[in-house]
Amino acid sequence: MNTEQPKKVMRDVLIEAIYKKMREDDRIFFVSADFGAPALDKLRADFKDRFINVGIAEQNLVNVATGLAMEGFVVYAYAIAPFLTMRAYEQIRLNCSISPQIRPININLIGVGGGLSYDVAGPTHHCLEDIGIMRILPNMTVFSPSDWKLVENFFEYSVNEKSPMYFRLDGKSVPLIYENVNDLDFKKGFYELVKGDRVCLVSTGFLTHRALKIAKEIPGVGLVDVFVLKPTDASSLFDILKKYDYIITIEEGFTNNGGLGSLISKILRDNLSDIKLKTLGVNDTHAFDLGDRNYLHKLNNLDEESIVKEIKKHLD
Amino acid sequence: MNNFLKEKSEFISFLKGKALWVRKETLELHGRAPGTRLASSLSDVEIFTALYYGGILKFDPKNIYSEDRDRFIISKGHGAVSLYPILADVGFFDKSELLKISQPGSYLSDIPDNRIPGFETINGALGHGLGVACGIALALKKKNSDSKVFVLMGDGELYEGSVWEAIMLAGEHKLDNLILIIDNNKISMLDYCKNIIDMEPLAEKLSAFRWKAKAIDGHNMTEVYESLKDFREEKNGMPKVLIANTIKGKGVAQLENDVLCHIKSLKKEEVGEAIKKLQ
Repeated sequence: MNTEQPKKVMRDVLIEAIYKKMREDDRIFFVSADFGAPALDKLRADFKDRFINVGIAEQNLVNVATGLAMEGFVVYAYAIAPFLTMRAYEQIRLNCSISPQIRPININLIGVGGGLSYDVAGPTHHCLEDIGIMRILPNMTVFSPSDWKLVENFFEYSVNEKSPMYFRLDGKSVPLIYENVNDLDFKKGFYELVKGDRVCLVSTGFLTHRALKIAKEIPGVGLVDVFVLKPTDASSLFDILKKYDYIITIEEGFTNNGGLGSLISKILRDNLSDIKLKTLGVNDTHAFDLGDRNYLHKLNNLDEESIVKEIKKHLD
Repeated sequence: MNNFLKEKSEFISFLKGKALWVRKETLELHGRAPGTRLASSLSDVEIFTALYYGGILKFDPKNIYSEDRDRFIISKGHGAVSLYPILADVGFFDKSELLKISQPGSYLSDIPDNRIPGFETINGALGHGLGVACGIALALKKKNSDSKVFVLMGDGELYEGSVWEAIMLAGEHKLDNLILIIDNNKISMLDYCKNIIDMEPLAEKLSAFRWKAKAIDGHNMTEVYESLKDFREEKNGMPKVLIANTIKGKGVAQLENDVLCHIKSLKKEEVGEAIKKLQ
């Protein structure tokens, strides 16, 4: 990684990609719950008949998007992540999980501000439950990217997949990780970014950047970035995990409640594995403490020093 | 003119006959599946009858997702058991299915779902249908389609906040291809709606949100038929709402007078008695 790499905000990259696609494909609708982005202004102006702002009404966002999708349109429904996933949870359950099992639709829920993206906004805007509650739902795909190239590629994938998907986008600008990677496989849902042999970090989203820095610096430490948390190709993932004797999961989410830690724990259990597992994340407490993201990470042992300390316990 | 009136009166008599048959069949279904919401399924019989036998709703049982069909979203899903015999009668599925209701292997359940040919959506949960219908109405406008979107909702369902999100949107977007029918049977699960939160004046509330509102007697076949027929053809830049004033449990004496009729089941012998008393 060098400092020259352009940092970009995932939502801007996604909206730019959607904009380009809308020019050539008139099946695409963009519906917003009064949530914007610099890149959205052009889309709103140029596609007045395929951009709908439903107002601050996430329940109606999901319902209206469902109606459009039932008529064969490819729909992107866009809102702040905690409000999209939690205010409209029953709408998502009914329309994006139950109903499509019988009558498939192409609906894509775009949540911006996953994890602790909105650090100083406080606990209403933190989004630590979304991966767990979206993973519970049958027929739902859960996408949690670490960089914006994944977002671009996954968007292309989503256009032709007639099934409900949740995009958990980070709110902050992030550098590239996958710049030179050309074998991304969303059916597998993960990528081994660093090969190691003793300790394997398994991370998702924003924290993959921190995990990457650590894995590159400490010999023997590997890194797997999981970007599709449902459905994930568990047997391929276990083929990688079984090379290690200690695994540390790292996520911006409540740990052991349906997120990344739970996914990995289940894979190890299903394989009767004796590999040791440590699950790092936010521990069953809402974060009222004011401070930037690094400060909140420190409070939850997600900072570099704490992760390295955890690794060293097993390397020494 | 006389011929026209005579034909019309004969047609209304035909619809009334169908409605009577639907009530009888609904009771028969309830006899087989006592968990069905009988009272809710009796207040909307004239509405279903007018839509399906009155030539108002465009549908094609041989091509259930035909582009030309009208979309009918039954938001008060639990109250649509009375639609089962109609769907069988007009050819969506075989009448023998009615005998298997709520048994293993059947797709006709106590509360309908979208496996049933003729049901667009699954609506056991309330407050979703109108928002989804708004999305469909916007999509049909984008396609320059002449098809309409009908929605059936109960008055108790109006307490769901998501309904009002959809009401606001439909008015703003001038969705004149959207027709909402409120089965205003005035009873929710625990009490008369007026004792829970009184929604009157309902028509005025909806008009304030830029809907065209009309209230009728929902058991008067002529009024139901003519209002729906007019609404289907009217293009006035406004979504339309028909407030059908109905009686919950209509046609069955022991339900009509019971505020707790929503979850009331009739015993087998009561079903037989009720069928005899239908008129």
